[in-house]
Amino acid sequence: MSTVVFARHQITAAERFRDAGWVAFVALILGIPLIGLTTVDGGGALEVSTRFGTLAIFVVVAFAGRLGLRWMIDTMGARKLERQRATSGKSAGISPVKVVNILGWIALGASIALPIMYSDNRYVVDTATTVLIYVMLGWGLNVVVGLAGLLDLGYVAFYAVGAYSYALLSTQYGWGFWEALPVSGGLAATFGILLGYPILRLRGDYLAIVTLGFGEIIRIILVNWTEFSNGPNGISSIPRPSLFGLDFTRSPAEGEQTFASFFGIEYSPMHRLIFLYYLILVLALLTHAFVSRLRKLPIGRAWEALREDEIACQAMGMNTTNIKLSAFAIGAMLGGFAGMFFAARQGFISPESFTFTESAIILAIVVLGGMGSQMGVVLAATLLVLIPEFGRNFSEYRMLLFGAAMVLIMVWKPSGLLSHREPTLRLSTGSAASKDAVKETAQ
Amino acid sequence: MAYALQQLINGLTLGSMYGLIAIGYTMVYGIIGMINFAHGDIFMVSAFIAVTAFTLLAAADVTSIPLALTFVLIVSIFFTSAYGWAVERIAYRPLRGSTRLAPLISAIGMSIFLQNTVQLTQGARVKPIPPVIEGGFEVWSTPDFTVQIGWSQLMIIAVTVVMMVAFTWLITQTPFGRQQRSCEQDRTMASLLGINVDRTISFTFMLGASLAAVAGVMVTVYYGVIDFYIGFLAGIKAFTAAVLGGIGSLPGAMLGGLLIGLIESFWSAYLWAEYKDVATFAILCLVLMLRPSGLLGRPEVEKV
Repeated sequence: MSTVVFARHQITAAERFRDAGWVAFVALILGIPLIGLTTVDGGGALEVSTRFGTLAIFVVVAFAGRLGLRWMIDTMGARKLERQRATSGKSAGISPVKVVNILGWIALGASIALPIMYSDNRYVVDTATTVLIYVMLGWGLNVVVGLAGLLDLGYVAFYAVGAYSYALLSTQYGWGFWEALPVSGGLAATFGILLGYPILRLRGDYLAIVTLGFGEIIRIILVNWTEFSNGPNGISSIPRPSLFGLDFTRSPAEGEQTFASFFGIEYSPMHRLIFLYYLILVLALLTHAFVSRLRKLPIGRAWEALREDEIACQAMGMNTTNIKLSAFAIGAMLGGFAGMFFAARQGFISPESFTFTESAIILAIVVLGGMGSQMGVVLAATLLVLIPEFGRNFSEYRMLLFGAAMVLIMVWKPSGLLSHREPTLRLSTGSAASKDAVKETAQ
Repeated sequence: MAYALQQLINGLTLGSMYGLIAIGYTMVYGIIGMINFAHGDIFMVSAFIAVTAFTLLAAADVTSIPLALTFVLIVSIFFTSAYGWAVERIAYRPLRGSTRLAPLISAIGMSIFLQNTVQLTQGARVKPIPPVIEGGFEVWSTPDFTVQIGWSQLMIIAVTVVMMVAFTWLITQTPFGRQQRSCEQDRTMASLLGINVDRTISFTFMLGASLAAVAGVMVTVYYGVIDFYIGFLAGIKAFTAAVLGGIGSLPGAMLGGLLIGLIESFWSAYLWAEYKDVATFAILCLVLMLRPSGLLGRPEVEKV
């Protein structure tokens, strides 16, 4: 009989260097055609120019980076292993669900206080508004992807429908923000059903590619149908939303009052920004309340059941078509609201804003956050909006950083940042052990 | 009639290129069951490598067209398959065995990353190269229209046929093909029987990338201009082709590619050119509704 010995293979320095050298070699091959060589205009024809200095730096960075990364992963892995052995059997003190709840309340408090603290900083409030738009979009798509498990790559289409319906209603027919809100949401939901009905037989990647195609169709129509959507020029001078009829303009129109004159305060362009911020905050919170209510209702449970096992659902006699359609319609409606707010905030929309990249970003927010996790969406949206913002100093690298961050976060945490969720069902009595047993993790 | 014949030729050329890229999707999907979202961008990278290589050759005063083409193909295949390998290694391998969506997201991130790398290192403007193969021959001449086949079109169709035959041979006849097919069937069992699954998957990605490289060289020769954004549209069209033909099936990908090419060229010739992508996607939806596993695909078996 041999005894089991817990031993780890000690990685020698030579092995580390060989590994890093291999990575540097690959970096060299990858770098030669794109970094080492480039073509430049040389009087009519292209000429090849070389950048071997940059290539050398790139290879050295790859070598050093690999050494550092490998070392970090190894030491962290060893520590984690030791910690696990030391505390095997015991769970960490306070449950992750509780932490997320506390985090949620802190985030809510911070988001209410934010425009007050930064009332003179246009940039912060603007960025926070963008984050909230993405949070709302993420919560909308979360219904489709996170809860119902339907992979939708064309979500931006509903965002576009909401935005264009408000833009057209307001500029052509003079509708106000609040009158158009239900109509835009309804139109987006209708589009959701129109798309959903024929294709819900499909699943997985087939569904993904068809929804992607649908998103592109909407965009191509918006670009080409000039009489309807003004084509690539977009629609400008979309009226801004008002606070119960109080506009946010400098001087009041005939017989009307503005926000500033009504409250007797000095006019400041910040008022509108802050108002818009609170508007999207309220919309997002309503979305959150709506979705978390739905999750406790039979329809929400049906979505999650469908995500886990479609065949079992059919065997139980559930009407899977209607359940999927309802998820599509509700997700689309929430996207429509977000799109409408986007149009009202920008005052200008064009098909440029509704490309596939946007769909990919929203999907990334849902998956990064941990599918089905509401707080995860907030975290991921904040992260994905802020990464490009931090990168603004070297602005041309923004999207590069964004792409790299998407890959790295996924590789680091494949099931999303917050994969623990509040269980929809919990045993009413019982010990901590049985609570642990029903705790579900997002997969 | 003559006009239609010309559209047929153009459509076949376009379809061959889509088919080549589509085979890459199909092979990767067959072995890991996922869309390689960065495949279109790998194709774009290969087109850029081809432009650099052609420019280098022009500077070196190489005038022999076959020699130049062979050189560019080899260079492009070498570097592009390195990119294919790297995409698999970075975005897919660490995520093997996790949820289905995670590798999809990391691949989309990879696609954004590649697009921006090319934009930053090679510039955002279109890259024109002088025509490599000029001329063609007249097939049929009517008083009001002359049908022409360009030499480049002929070459593209010929290269595609050669590639198709070579790949069918590779998959059905060689030891690698056997390993690859066994990994498609059951990865765990294959690895138990001594197949290096990781290496097989890597190699599949490299093969897919080399087909994209061939397509990239062809596009560069055919159109003479490229930019960093061509990968996205070509990527989704080729994926549409792969799905249309039945994903996982090699002849299906080729058939799907040809169909998409023909539909596109006839639609733009007779109807509205600006809505040709709408037509592609609409037909995709129709086919999937009527035959959810594609034209030549095997119906999915549901495991209960």
